Amino acid sequence: MKKIEAIIKPFKLEDVKEALVEAGIEGMTISEVKGYGRQQGHSELYRGAEYVIEFIPKVKIEIVVSSQEFVDVAITAIKEAAMTGKIGDGKIFVSDIESVVRIRTGEEDEEAL
Amino acid sequence: MLDNPSYIIDTFFTIFAMVLIIFMVPGFAMLEAGLVRTKNVTSVLTVNVMIYAVASLSFMLIGYEYAFGSWDHQDSISKYAFFMFQMAFVGKVVNIMSGGVSERSRILPLALFTIAVGAFIYPTIVNITWGVNFLSGTAFDISGMADLAGSTVIHSTGGWALLAAILIMGSRRGRYKKNGAVQVIPASNIPLVTLGAFLLWIGWFGFNGGSVGSIASKDNADAVALTIMNTNTAGLAGAIVGWLLTYFHYRKFDITMILNGALGGLVAVTAGPDQYDIYTPILIGAIGGALVVFFVPLFDKLKMDDPVGALSVHLVNGIWGTLAVGIFVDSVSIMTQLKGIAVVGAIVFPISFVIIYIINKLFTLRAGDEEQQEGIDYTECGMEAYPEFKRSI
Repeated sequence: MKKIEAIIKPFKLEDVKEALVEAGIEGMTISEVKGYGRQQGHSELYRGAEYVIEFIPKVKIEIVVSSQEFVDVAITAIKEAAMTGKIGDGKIFVSDIESVVRIRTGEEDEEAL
Repeated sequence: MLDNPSYIIDTFFTIFAMVLIIFMVPGFAMLEAGLVRTKNVTSVLTVNVMIYAVASLSFMLIGYEYAFGSWDHQDSISKYAFFMFQMAFVGKVVNIMSGGVSERSRILPLALFTIAVGAFIYPTIVNITWGVNFLSGTAFDISGMADLAGSTVIHSTGGWALLAAILIMGSRRGRYKKNGAVQVIPASNIPLVTLGAFLLWIGWFGFNGGSVGSIASKDNADAVALTIMNTNTAGLAGAIVGWLLTYFHYRKFDITMILNGALGGLVAVTAGPDQYDIYTPILIGAIGGALVVFFVPLFDKLKMDDPVGALSVHLVNGIWGTLAVGIFVDSVSIMTQLKGIAVVGAIVFPISFVIIYIINKLFTLRAGDEEQQEGIDYTECGMEAYPEFKRSI
């Protein structure tokens, strides 16, 4: 079982979600995060004083899938939907998951996904 | 038929004007609530409620008679109406001071200063300008100063008290970095700022219009209407100048500066709106707006931290507004106006300085750095303004 974490631009969330649903992935968790990579912040102005926003709002999507197939499918879906071609599009991370439990039924591991 | 028409009409008019002025209570409250960070919103609103209650009662129980000599000093309108109209102004003076030291003041010590203003400092100034005048006949008699609705009596008075407070209490924690750079602390709620500013604007129609005193004759009705019209015009000009100047300087529109510019224009016209023709307020308000745009960053350079721009809007424009009557009205001498400004400053600033210094020393008016970091809402009120949202640090 694998976990896929993707950091994307917030306005791309709807597109990415629909792409994932179309690819057969049915559940996901999102959180609102801030961060930066190579994309520099931007500056704003308030009452004559300038200030730099360094940490830019992003959205993190987390999905856990049962097999490598789904990993590849998910990555492709996310990449295509989240891409704008401009700096700051984000990154995708894949890691191993040890175990999974469905709380309502007690099902474990692959059956819980 | 009415048995005493002008008494009745003028009493009604005075009550109506007073109600308009009370719009300034939510006006100040919303303006300040929007300009501070979410972690201080509840305490700022608490202070605003406290000020209206404490200042008004202090004035009713002590200050009013001190200023006017007695409750029966006039009989053209109901004495209760006359009192209420005067009372409506008192809280505003304290609001000017408290807004400028937002995010770093503790509530109970502020209430003590509120009593001092409502019972003593403000009535002293009213006494020597609009009241019984204990300086009458002396070299310091300034009752000849033209100040219809209080550019000096209210706005500068609040401004001088604020100046004293800022000098004693210093800036918010983290506001000015060691190299002199300004750490920006943006407003948390621009819609509230806008709402507050427009409520203040509406209140000004009662503030200035009501100060004419009587509407019960054709001449008086014209004077009231002209006063309100000129008041409004100055606000319009201040807003436009604030808008254009921030655009030319920064290539961006800063709504907080536009609104401050409007308020500056309104303060600037407040000394003589009944005496100007209909075009002069455009110039007066425009200069008022320009002064605000100039002074807000200047005070930051001087490390005088004022989250709401009250020093620029009320102190600077209170002075400009008083001088403007001397400049634009032939029958008013600039020297008389200058003397009035100087005497009021010489009374209010030192007295406020001493009282605030003592209150700060004995009761700690200034919230400590740690308290400021946690937020005054948490330390003084134990509740948050927006509990479903994360508080910003």
